[in-house]
Amino acid sequence: MKRRTFLRNTGLAAAWATFQHQGLAINPMAQVPFNRALAEGGNSNDRVLVLIELNGGNDGLNTFIPIDQMDNLAINRPQVLIPENLSLKLNGTIKNALHPSMPEFRNLFNDGKMSVVQNVGYPNQDYSHFRSMDIWMTGANSDQYLETGWAGRYMQSLHPDFPDGYPNAQNPDPLAIQISPIVSLALMGNTFPMGIGITDPNFDYQFVNDPEPPPSSPYGFELEYVRLVTKQAQVYYNAVKNAAENGLNTGDYPENNQLAQNLKIVAQLINGGLTTPIYIVSLGGFDTHSEQVDGTFGNTEGNHANLLRTLSEAVGAFQKNLEDLGLADRVAGMTFSEFGRTIASNASDGTDHGAAAPLFVFGKNVIPGIIGDNPEIPDNPIVSYDIAMQHDFRSVYASALKDWFGVANPEEILGQNYPILPIFKAAASGTHVVDKANSLDVSNYPNPFHSSTTFTFTLENTGFVVITLVDMAGRELKTVAEGTYPTGTHRVLFNRNELPNGHYFYQVKVNGKMVTKHLVVN
Amino acid sequence: MGDVKLSRRRFFEKLTPTGGGVRIEPVAPLPAEDIFKVDDQHFTRHLTLQGGLDPYQGPWTQAQAAHLLRRTTFGLKYAHVQQMLALGNAEAAVDAILDVPATVPDPPVNNYNNLNAQVPFIDPNVPSGQTWINAPYNVEFEGVRIESWRGWWLNRMIEGEANIQEKMTLFWHNHFATQTDAVFRGKAAYLHNQMLRRNALGNFRTFVKEVTLDPLMLVFLNGYLNNLIAPDENYARELQELFTVGKDSPVTYTEDDVVAAARVLTGWTFNNNEEVVFVPQLHDQGFKVFSTFYGNAIIQGSANGSAELDALINMILQKEEVSLYICRKIYRFFVYYNIDQDVEANVIVPMAQIFRDNNYEIKPVMKALLQSEHFFDAVNKGAMIKNPLDLVVGLLRNYNLSLPEPTLLDNYSIRLGINYFCGALQMLPGSPPNVAGWSAYRQIPTFYRNWISADTIRNRNLITDIMAFSGADVGPEKLIINHIAFAAQFPNTSDPNALIEDTLAILYPMPISAIKKFYLKSILLSGQASDHYWTDAWNAFLNNPTDPMAVQTVWFRLATMHKYIMNLAEYQLS
Repeated sequence: MKRRTFLRNTGLAAAWATFQHQGLAINPMAQVPFNRALAEGGNSNDRVLVLIELNGGNDGLNTFIPIDQMDNLAINRPQVLIPENLSLKLNGTIKNALHPSMPEFRNLFNDGKMSVVQNVGYPNQDYSHFRSMDIWMTGANSDQYLETGWAGRYMQSLHPDFPDGYPNAQNPDPLAIQISPIVSLALMGNTFPMGIGITDPNFDYQFVNDPEPPPSSPYGFELEYVRLVTKQAQVYYNAVKNAAENGLNTGDYPENNQLAQNLKIVAQLINGGLTTPIYIVSLGGFDTHSEQVDGTFGNTEGNHANLLRTLSEAVGAFQKNLEDLGLADRVAGMTFSEFGRTIASNASDGTDHGAAAPLFVFGKNVIPGIIGDNPEIPDNPIVSYDIAMQHDFRSVYASALKDWFGVANPEEILGQNYPILPIFKAAASGTHVVDKANSLDVSNYPNPFHSSTTFTFTLENTGFVVITLVDMAGRELKTVAEGTYPTGTHRVLFNRNELPNGHYFYQVKVNGKMVTKHLVVN
Repeated sequence: MGDVKLSRRRFFEKLTPTGGGVRIEPVAPLPAEDIFKVDDQHFTRHLTLQGGLDPYQGPWTQAQAAHLLRRTTFGLKYAHVQQMLALGNAEAAVDAILDVPATVPDPPVNNYNNLNAQVPFIDPNVPSGQTWINAPYNVEFEGVRIESWRGWWLNRMIEGEANIQEKMTLFWHNHFATQTDAVFRGKAAYLHNQMLRRNALGNFRTFVKEVTLDPLMLVFLNGYLNNLIAPDENYARELQELFTVGKDSPVTYTEDDVVAAARVLTGWTFNNNEEVVFVPQLHDQGFKVFSTFYGNAIIQGSANGSAELDALINMILQKEEVSLYICRKIYRFFVYYNIDQDVEANVIVPMAQIFRDNNYEIKPVMKALLQSEHFFDAVNKGAMIKNPLDLVVGLLRNYNLSLPEPTLLDNYSIRLGINYFCGALQMLPGSPPNVAGWSAYRQIPTFYRNWISADTIRNRNLITDIMAFSGADVGPEKLIINHIAFAAQFPNTSDPNALIEDTLAILYPMPISAIKKFYLKSILLSGQASDHYWTDAWNAFLNNPTDPMAVQTVWFRLATMHKYIMNLAEYQLS
């Protein structure tokens, strides 16, 4: 008996029923009557962003397959390679295809409801799951420790006094909801999580209220925390329950798909009038060191295929449901994962921790298409060769903040300026010029080179240019050029000096655009 | 108290809302206040933790004994507090806490035959009631064997004596975290757990080697697939990142060290008897070069995988970072999560020195910490948010409950049910969220607070409500707190003031205000002013312990009070 089957058969339903049963209520907490007409919502517009966390490090190369690199992929990752003829072709591109288990994603792409951002990561990749996920959650640099989440900081910027005085008449709803018993670091504010974790929107429980001030000690510090979560839970749960009842959702979601069921709750709450702007759902299991594919099916089945199918079916059902409910204009979703996986496969039919990977944004109001280039796959497998970052993940956050939520200065949330990518249709028209063609004419000659090479780039307008040399693991080695250059074509000579033989990348950043190219020294 | 239980059950039938019968006196609410007001100063860190590793010389009181038990066992039992108090001082008590019996209890047995009434479900290799740990791997039964093992472990926590064995085992499970379900091998799970117990207070160097060559770990982190042809870095990375060196310091091992360590570790696998074997042909016999972090050490290649592994572990353990990292983890698990400069300098660094001076023996470090001034400092008490096992297992132990298990199948299902509670609160033993263990012990800045969300605080309240009132439907009989037995263990139960003091000394880590005690007493007195109402009710019960009316009078008041005690945030702290 496999685990799932035997759990069903072991009579736990009774225990769970008891568990769900509400105990006797004593001294119920005061109900605060909120007039929902006063509610402004947690956000400055009515848009909602749903973050889908893919936990474990998703293999981007097998998800959004760079078809133009097939020959080299075959050399590097024979154990997990998806045959080109079985991958799902996309309208308007001959260079990319989706994993065969993602037909819903293909439809979203072909219908103009999906934006794919290529090679998303951060400089100096940390290959630890935990550190890397913290970096994604907080928006930190790899050598920086932040104790607040990026979404938490956004919410705190709109609600500087939170949690003091919350919930209130203007803000009766949770500022963010994670469909989980755990609230992630992404939602952490200055002192307190800005969102709540729920698993059951129809929850009903009367907590005991305790207004006693806590003593001033570590004990009092933790006591106050538990009390405050309890107080918030009481009021927020009432709001969530009302929304769940109002938004009763008969949408068609796959049954044995927890991600889909969680997204169904999200749709139900939005439909029920909850003003919460940020939701987080997650899907785990992407750490596919072994048995990523089941070779008996030509690599198209296996653990990774099942995960991508779960994701694709869930997102497909969610998007259709939003459209049926008339909510699609104001909801967008975004996947993220702590890192991609190695280009080379291992003998366990899996892949190890890698660096950059594609990121998917979907919704009626995303700017459809592909941002960035396919990664360059080398023709000989090198263990430490990873996919270089083309887009900093904080560029995606900055774009969401600026264009989706209408934040004027995302750098105040993210700590510094990041290029805005043309992912989201801006909330207010005319605030952002969309330029999907993220091309930048850059080359170098000779390549491979022995003693020196010349970088050439052409600017249509004056711009601040940075050329950086990075190694295969994405570590920044050297700044080749940095400065303001006028309109026209420019050349920068680069001397090898002590640089060892090997494979490298160089990245050219100009006015919010970045191009990554391969470089060989021999 | 069999008779009591029977009449209680009848009594509860009357309690349902439709049944009428008994009316609860309304309880006056606590003073009203703006419930959403937050006092900002409480959200600043209190950096007042005091004292160093000097031995605690203060008075040996119930508060000290209870603190030691709360942190080193699950919950605490009144009898254990008395046991510790009788030892007379902190050093003797800590020695007793660290004196873990070497006896190995009986292994888990086949308690799952006929689990599914619909289809035949009989383990062909193991008779009912016999242990399955020597049975051959059988994919059809690995799932139930794992639950049998998990229940066996849970029951050991519930029944543990007044020593650190179970907490220490859980500490190492969180440290060398493995996901049993992902591996899906019952025997490997059992052997791994025994290995954790064997080494829990032993030598860390030996421990790391045994963990490395443990079948459950070999599968969980793909060590058994790590070979010459295709090195798998998974274990090599976590060995350094999570198990030994850590990433607390910016100067640490490199990606090349991960690759080199993976090459050292090639060639280890195991057979279907869960016996670990080394295959020289699958071992990378080239020499492995490490970074400057490890002093550019070179491990010579050979066909002797064990010697290479020893060299690798010795190289890693030469780094001072290992002792500091492990001591910080011990501190966060047993004392408090916030390690400021003072704690680092006065507690962590001296602990790490003891660890290294004793060739990485674990027990001297634990002894130094647990009997220190710092450990017993007042500001360290009660500041730990209970993990779900502290809450659930601790509750059972607070109330001296054992799991009723008249049949083997009950034995299986009731343990599964209690484990299910722990899982709903996000801490199922054997199933941490990932190889880094539970986030409450590592996630900066939230730490223990990760246990508490709107969802889990509700479930915590539901569980304690169920245990106080309706009983958990996890076996042939509901599992429910015996409020009368709990109250009766104290010397002066008929005095409501003494009863409340004795009760709170077990259930709460710190004293509470007079107004709260007054409120609790008003529950016992049903809102009446005079203490003798309770005294009379208790004496009436003692005089006639089988009289249903006498039983229900004290039972209901106690149950109401205990539900309330466990609903307050104080019960979530340890």
